[in-house]
Amino acid sequence: MSTTAAENLAEASVHQLREVRGPSAIGGGRRRFFELLLLMSTTDFRKTFFGTVLGYAWSLLRPLLTFGVLLIVFTKIVRIGSTIPDYPMFLLFNIVFFGFFQEATVTATTSVVGRESIVRKTQFPRLVIPLAAVLTGLMNLGMNMIAVAIFFAVFGVGPFWTWLLFPLLLLAMLLITCAMATLLSALFVRRRDVAIIWGVMSMALFYGSAVLIPISFVPEGLLRDLMLFNPLAVIMVQAHEWIIDPSAQGAVEAAGSWLLLIPAAVIFVGACAWSVVFFNREAPRVAEEL
Amino acid sequence: MGSQEMTDRVASIQAADAPERLFTSSSPVAIEIRDLHKTFRIPRHRITTFKERASNPFGRTEFRELRTLRGISLDIYRGEFFGIVGRNGSGKSTLLKIMASIYAADAGSIRIAGRMAPFIELGVGFDPELAARDNIILNGVMMGLTKREAEQRIDAILDFAELRDFEDLKLKNYSSGMTVRLAFSVMVQADADVLLIDEVLAVGDASFAQKCTDTFYEMRNAGKTIVLVTHDMGAVQTYCDRAMLIHDGESQFLGDPEEVGRRYLQLNFSRESGIIDADPGQASPDVHAKVVDVWLEDRDGRRQKNVDGRDQIRVRSIIEARERLENFVVAYHLYDARGIHIYGFNYSAKDFENGPPDVLEVGEKVRIAVDLPNQLAKGHYFLRCWVARDRGPGDLTLQVFDLLDFVVYNVDPIAGMITVDPVVSSETVE
Repeated sequence: MSTTAAENLAEASVHQLREVRGPSAIGGGRRRFFELLLLMSTTDFRKTFFGTVLGYAWSLLRPLLTFGVLLIVFTKIVRIGSTIPDYPMFLLFNIVFFGFFQEATVTATTSVVGRESIVRKTQFPRLVIPLAAVLTGLMNLGMNMIAVAIFFAVFGVGPFWTWLLFPLLLLAMLLITCAMATLLSALFVRRRDVAIIWGVMSMALFYGSAVLIPISFVPEGLLRDLMLFNPLAVIMVQAHEWIIDPSAQGAVEAAGSWLLLIPAAVIFVGACAWSVVFFNREAPRVAEEL
Repeated sequence: MGSQEMTDRVASIQAADAPERLFTSSSPVAIEIRDLHKTFRIPRHRITTFKERASNPFGRTEFRELRTLRGISLDIYRGEFFGIVGRNGSGKSTLLKIMASIYAADAGSIRIAGRMAPFIELGVGFDPELAARDNIILNGVMMGLTKREAEQRIDAILDFAELRDFEDLKLKNYSSGMTVRLAFSVMVQADADVLLIDEVLAVGDASFAQKCTDTFYEMRNAGKTIVLVTHDMGAVQTYCDRAMLIHDGESQFLGDPEEVGRRYLQLNFSRESGIIDADPGQASPDVHAKVVDVWLEDRDGRRQKNVDGRDQIRVRSIIEARERLENFVVAYHLYDARGIHIYGFNYSAKDFENGPPDVLEVGEKVRIAVDLPNQLAKGHYFLRCWVARDRGPGDLTLQVFDLLDFVVYNVDPIAGMITVDPVVSSETVE
């Protein structure tokens, strides 16, 4: 048997002793991290879409039903919606877009505990688990957006050139979702009522992020300023201007000055940084806490 | 060592039913563990909700420290089949989990050469809603393969598991045996250089179990390093080149698996019977008597280590009095490997016509020969004796000796623990 240089090299690498660094958020190599992330999220995604007969229709049912109920409430009962241009499309888009944040964070909260056997029985980069929940949510968002696009075409909304800026909104949304998802998943390991608390808090955020009513309906002053401390509200407000109605107030206009958006930016960056630090700190011990 | 000599040695070892030793300590080190420490902090009262935290904001959580590993150092060589043995809570699984990067060590270092794959449980990450093919990829990637490697190996895995006909069946419709076979096959094909295995050897039906056994040997011969954590002494003695007995987080013995197995049984035995509270391997201190010598004999009077099932059990011992022993009584008790007390009897002047002297002066020795009919099933047994010192009513002290442990072999399988010689009769009744 002839041994080539490559074989010798492979042989040598097998002999090379390497430090075992223990469990961590992203341990085990970048390639493995991304492969696991993709595999886990696509698996869950495929299960929701191809697992049942109704598949896609079934997954659309929830946002569409929410949309239907709220549309009736805000156009037939409260009647605020009737005064807002393209209110149905505003509502539909907001429910789907904000729904991504809600769904992904709620799923991620219990994800690490739910995947207990993986955490406790394999060498597994911990961060993959909450991020896979976010990625699955992102795929669902993509599918839902197809439905939204069809509604937009039917109701004659757009196209506007500002639609090209949607990736920016999506990126901001994705970042804050990842931050909250990792934070909550690590917190839930220690405190099991996090899931309940977050259920209520995400509901509060739903009302406090200008999802149902445009920001212009919130009286100027302290309340609006406080509302715009919330990075999610800033994203949703900006989405209204860029996606639905170019004449609507954007984030800067709604705040009155870009200075008033600084707190939201600080909170945004702070949440991202905290999630990274916190998850990194917790990751090595997760298997013991479970 | 000459090659002929080596062959002879291997042959003789094989003949003795011991594992062949293919690795040598000149092989490169595959796993290097240095002074590993691990302490778990276990809260006495665990606060698991914010509600509790809020209702008791200043309460400090008290922790109980559980020192699970206390400075383990170990070299495991490439191509070695290494066993880690210990009782529940001894730290063996923790050690494996630290090697596998599941737990973090507090101090010390581990270095591993090559790709490592842990098998703490078979089929981790299996999803019952997915077909076998998808599960192979999922499980394979978790075991350290790349996705493409996993895809390339699907066919080999299905063939090995003998599940080719069920590749598109969802796993929830598999029988548990099929699932285990699939999981084992992924493990085999995961192709790691270092395998860390926790009690997953007994797999499937007899023919598949044999296939697994063959596979383990093949893997070892292919230079894979295998670490097996178990309390199945049979597995350790069959598979392992070397083994470590771990107790209370410390390495108690490292080396020959037969010896490890023996010490493990002793450890188990002395704990479970509750008679002796001494450290294993340490002889009872000589207080009022001393066992000068003890051995087993065959029917020709030759000393033996073990007992032929077709012969009697002949125990010979010489006991020396360290203090004056009045009402001298010796009791013999036999236990099996699980520590179950099989029988026992007293031997004294009172109980036997030609019994021992009633009084033993200091320094006086007595040779006691016990012949027992061998009714025992095949297995590992322990014999201990108690020497009593009677200093008057209410003042009786017992000194306990581990006399012997021996294996009873060459016995036809029997039902239960002992054979009996029944007197049975029958007649037809109206």
